Amino acid sequence: MNLDKRIAQEGQAYGGPARWPISRFILWALPSAFLLAFFFYPLVKIFALTFEAQALTAQENLQIVWRVTRFTFYQAALSTLLTLALGLPAAFLFARFNFWGKSFLRALTAIPFMLPTVVVAAAFNSILQLPVFSALRQPAPLTLILLAHVFYNATIVIRILGAALAQLDPKLEQVSRSLGANGAQVWHEILLPLLKPALLSAVLLIFILDFTSFGVILLLGGGKVSTLEVEIYLRVLKLPNLPLAALLAILQLVFTLIFSILYAQALRRSSHPTAPRFSIARPPQTLREKIFVGVFSILLLSFFSLPLISLPFRSVLRLEADRGDRAQVQIGLTTEYYQELFINRRNALFYVPPIQAAINSIVIASLTVLFSLALGIPTAWALAKPTNLEKILDPLIMLPLGSSAVMLGLGLILTYGRALASPIFIPIAHTLIALPFVIRALQPAIASIPERLRQSASVLGASPWRVWRLIDFPILRRAALTAATFAFTISLGEFGATLLLSRPELPTIPVAIARFLSQAGGLNYGQAMAMSTILMALTLAGILLLEKDHHA
Amino acid sequence: MLEVKNIFKSYAGQPLLKNISFKIKKAETVCLLGASGSGKSTLLQLIAGLEKPDAGMIRFNGADLAQTPPHLRDFGLVFQDYGLFPHLNIYENIAFGLKMKNKPAAEIQARVSALLTQVNLTGFEQRKVTELSGGEQQRVALARALAPNPRLMMFDEPLGALDKNHKESLLNELRALLRREKIPALYVTHDQEEAFALADCILLLHDGQIIRAGTPEEIWNDPRSAVAAKFFGVGNVVTGAIKLTGKKTQVETEFGTFNLYCKYKHKPNESVSVLIRQCDDGSEALKLKVEDLLFKQDQFQAQSRGAFFFVKEKPKLGQLIRLRVKVECLHENSEEKY
Repeated sequence: MNLDKRIAQEGQAYGGPARWPISRFILWALPSAFLLAFFFYPLVKIFALTFEAQALTAQENLQIVWRVTRFTFYQAALSTLLTLALGLPAAFLFARFNFWGKSFLRALTAIPFMLPTVVVAAAFNSILQLPVFSALRQPAPLTLILLAHVFYNATIVIRILGAALAQLDPKLEQVSRSLGANGAQVWHEILLPLLKPALLSAVLLIFILDFTSFGVILLLGGGKVSTLEVEIYLRVLKLPNLPLAALLAILQLVFTLIFSILYAQALRRSSHPTAPRFSIARPPQTLREKIFVGVFSILLLSFFSLPLISLPFRSVLRLEADRGDRAQVQIGLTTEYYQELFINRRNALFYVPPIQAAINSIVIASLTVLFSLALGIPTAWALAKPTNLEKILDPLIMLPLGSSAVMLGLGLILTYGRALASPIFIPIAHTLIALPFVIRALQPAIASIPERLRQSASVLGASPWRVWRLIDFPILRRAALTAATFAFTISLGEFGATLLLSRPELPTIPVAIARFLSQAGGLNYGQAMAMSTILMALTLAGILLLEKDHHA
Repeated sequence: MLEVKNIFKSYAGQPLLKNISFKIKKAETVCLLGASGSGKSTLLQLIAGLEKPDAGMIRFNGADLAQTPPHLRDFGLVFQDYGLFPHLNIYENIAFGLKMKNKPAAEIQARVSALLTQVNLTGFEQRKVTELSGGEQQRVALARALAPNPRLMMFDEPLGALDKNHKESLLNELRALLRREKIPALYVTHDQEEAFALADCILLLHDGQIIRAGTPEEIWNDPRSAVAAKFFGVGNVVTGAIKLTGKKTQVETEFGTFNLYCKYKHKPNESVSVLIRQCDDGSEALKLKVEDLLFKQDQFQAQSRGAFFFVKEKPKLGQLIRLRVKVECLHENSEEKY
């Protein structure tokens, strides 16, 4: 009988219930090799350099460290405060009131968080160029940085606090009022203590993001201010002092790790995923409520839409005469900046048409998707059913999340040498950044496949390989698409690591934008706007794809 | 056909199955009955090959299955939670096992539509799994398991997730189907009604061991142990002490002293479990004070000191009522063989 033959063949390999077609060792081999080579070993190199070169003892170095650290804390604290000042009332507005255009406004506030930093920097830059605002005195670089940070992170307050507000039982407020508490007392005695953990985790998350912010500070700071992250970059490329860069990187890592641990603790206290959610939103009733809703929603609408509109607007708006071959000054709408993207104006050896940067970006992003899926799928697979091994490895896998992009770039340079750096190191750095997101997108999907399905398929005659191909894989396809979109958009907008690793002839879109912004002239500025607009459009397309996928 | 011999299995150091042995003959339906946590689902997993026993042997038609992976065992399995593939439609779900056997498309098509008719889901081919009710999903799971003509059908509490109405209609269909198809079947449940309705033979699993095996009538007439009597809801189980007066053996319980007819010998003052079964031609008389009363459609359930009896006429609370009962000895400690 045919069956007997198959049993003889396949039974040899049958060591028991076939749940894991591949052993854990094989699952972990590739991801751990990758992280060792491109994250942990470079990290050791950075550490080694810090102590080796006595970077610690040079008086000048310490002065720079002190100045930069102080400013990093200062701007992060200020940004966080301002973000709360806008975000708290906004969270309250969305949680408590229903009004026309609410879901649109809410979606609008969430967009900036996913935009590449260069786009946000370019967008804020473009506002100043608008005729309405150009009459005003140029604001200090710090003002622009703070505004950009608020623009970025307000959605965090709205989300985290909104979720916490939705979990507050409205009966608590009613009960405390019936017990004689006035409005202020209700807030002080009941609501604030209950919201404190959520508030704390939002504050910490925003602080971490502002603390490590790079593109916004580099591009909007105008070279006048520098944070740890920016100073690392400067000390690698502009004023080379690698030991100092390494020291700053270690300092940055220590700070972010401390804040991340605090954040993880706050998060654990604040999240009750099973808690019931209450919908307490209602239309505004009293005059005071109506004024609050009206004024504040208009404020939010203008703050969040202005940069997003002004960027594409500025990219087709011609405001000044160009020096050089163009004598004719046209003020008005133009597509010239976009046309220029296809032209290699300088004909220099290492200069390429700007549009080439878009092609580079897409190639790099595709490679990032490939790498991060190849590493992320086996890792997520192993993490979905953790053994003791996974409990140790899980935090290690997530560690790149706590280290900044510039630091990843620095580590790769120190380890593999800038001269040796082939273009492949850019997608490798992007993969390091995207991998934690890819794993976190895949892991719950894998864990959510009931063991029943595999058992059913197995009993119905599917071999372990066929079970994977016919059950696991098709179910995971959607999660894999989400993960791929994450990786693609992260790579597309990645700025810090790319700036350190990219070679002049192989810029990505963000690097090209930064280059255009740093050069004088209306044409350069216009091209920066045009490229930023293209990048924004690509990213928005990615976001839409993710959203559609979530609702499908 | 199926022969399970001396199976042992433990989980995390705790023995779960202790020396399980039984056989299923051709066209026979065996019900494995036990409370939750008794290890009955694990036994199914062992037979399906999804788990490995610590010791013992599972044979089918004389062939040892120890080296046969689950996908080559050719057994059908229906779970309580259906286990339908959410990314496949109804047709593809049912066709899955046939595809695994590389059957030609035309044959698959014919078989699937025949099965859909059999489970009363004609025309459901293109539906999504999520569009179906629990009862419909379980019918699909049943059709899917039957499609490749398995050598043995196994059911793991298949009606456990269904509401009462769906449960009854599916139970009747299942009964008809098993009688018609003549496939040997192993049916796991904790519901004695399901077992009575389906089983040719019932195995009562308790504490990792089969403590009673037999046809439904045999078990009902002679449950033999307090656990079995309680599980099947045969009557009230109480403990008492043996009194030997002359040639008579009597048992003294909190409900009174009764004559006991038992084939085993008892010592005076020995503690025994007895089954007090209410029946109109019972030889013993029982007096009891009604402590609580429940309306049960055509009769009333009277409760007293933890025991339940049924009366036609509504008594008052605190009233003394008289009933005829049979008192049987549940010789738990006596040697029993299956």
